[in-house]
Amino acid sequence: MAEFTLPKNSRVGKGKTVKADGATNTRDFHVYRWNPDDGENPRMDTFEVDMDSCGPMVLDALIKIKNEMDSSVTFRRSCREGVCGSCAMNINGKNGLACTTAIEDAKGDVAITPLPHQEVIKDLVPDLSNFYAQYASIKPWMQTQSPTPEKERLQSHEDREKLDGLYECILCACCSTSCPSYWWNEDKYLGPAILLQSYRWLIDSRDEATGERLDDLEDPFRLYRCHTIMNCANACPKGLNPAKAIAEIKKMMVERQG
Amino acid sequence: MAQAKRPLSPHLQVYRWGAHMAVSILHRATGSALAVGAVLLTWWLVAIATGHEYFGTVQGYAGTWIGRLVLFGITFSLMQHLASGIRHLFMDMGRLYDLKINSLSARFTFVFSVVATVGIWYAAYKVMGVL
Repeated sequence: MAEFTLPKNSRVGKGKTVKADGATNTRDFHVYRWNPDDGENPRMDTFEVDMDSCGPMVLDALIKIKNEMDSSVTFRRSCREGVCGSCAMNINGKNGLACTTAIEDAKGDVAITPLPHQEVIKDLVPDLSNFYAQYASIKPWMQTQSPTPEKERLQSHEDREKLDGLYECILCACCSTSCPSYWWNEDKYLGPAILLQSYRWLIDSRDEATGERLDDLEDPFRLYRCHTIMNCANACPKGLNPAKAIAEIKKMMVERQG
Repeated sequence: MAQAKRPLSPHLQVYRWGAHMAVSILHRATGSALAVGAVLLTWWLVAIATGHEYFGTVQGYAGTWIGRLVLFGITFSLMQHLASGIRHLFMDMGRLYDLKINSLSARFTFVFSVVATVGIWYAAYKVMGVL
């Protein structure tokens, strides 16, 4: 059910401020902190970062903070070039990848919180177990009944083009955790990322389980909690449009009824 | 040390609003307001059926500044709900998903509802001969 306020243990308090001594060109980064071991509520720490010795991206600033100011700051990162999706977080009120979000594009201070409406493991690291379980539930692999051909299963250029705008998804969860419908019903609604992945298999000319896949989505919650709010498409760091994919699934549902 | 209960990360508290998000929540809010409006409309119709005297009383309520404010709110709700409802129709057909056009269409619903509401009330006062 929709709960608009945060539970008592999740209210965010004011934290410490770490100054950049001797720096003249600085930027304030407010970072969400929560330590599972001290029994306290989350808090926002402020780090004054010396921009003269900092890389251009938000991830550069986070790494600089961890290296030079507070080694306990915890976040996920890996590829630092928008391929892996690890450093997904909320930056100044919008979900995105820290590695592809330029500090320059943010006006004033930069506030960083974990992906919204998720259980926090520590600092900027959310628990995405539910998200991954939902991904597994749509059977994200090719299903066939026809005999396996001698070589590969062929696909026309036109059919391959239908996967453009879908296969690029890196499952960073920026879209799903930007969606108010997902916030209120993440136990039952699959959310934009998983539905885009679902459509990626529904529209694949080589997949032969289209009917079963649509059957699985025929449910008041799994698919139809999408109210086309469009936060997903506005958040996607890869420029994909999950809302459009969901609309296409809804069209397939209507079309198969004849 | 025992693991503390994990907190829920901030959501509505931090998420930045856009026209697309505002028009969506307004669609729900105006829909709820119109449900209340439908009850008021029924009351008004019952008053007509009840008789001249009672209808006069109800009309009296409607004419107070509070009554007019409620009616103005219902007019706005109807116009906003109408515009965003038509926007939803297009989206159900798979249109308006381009981010720029989507945001533009969201803004357009606000422009439409404000202009239409003011227009309707201007016309109503004109007919009454107040303006």
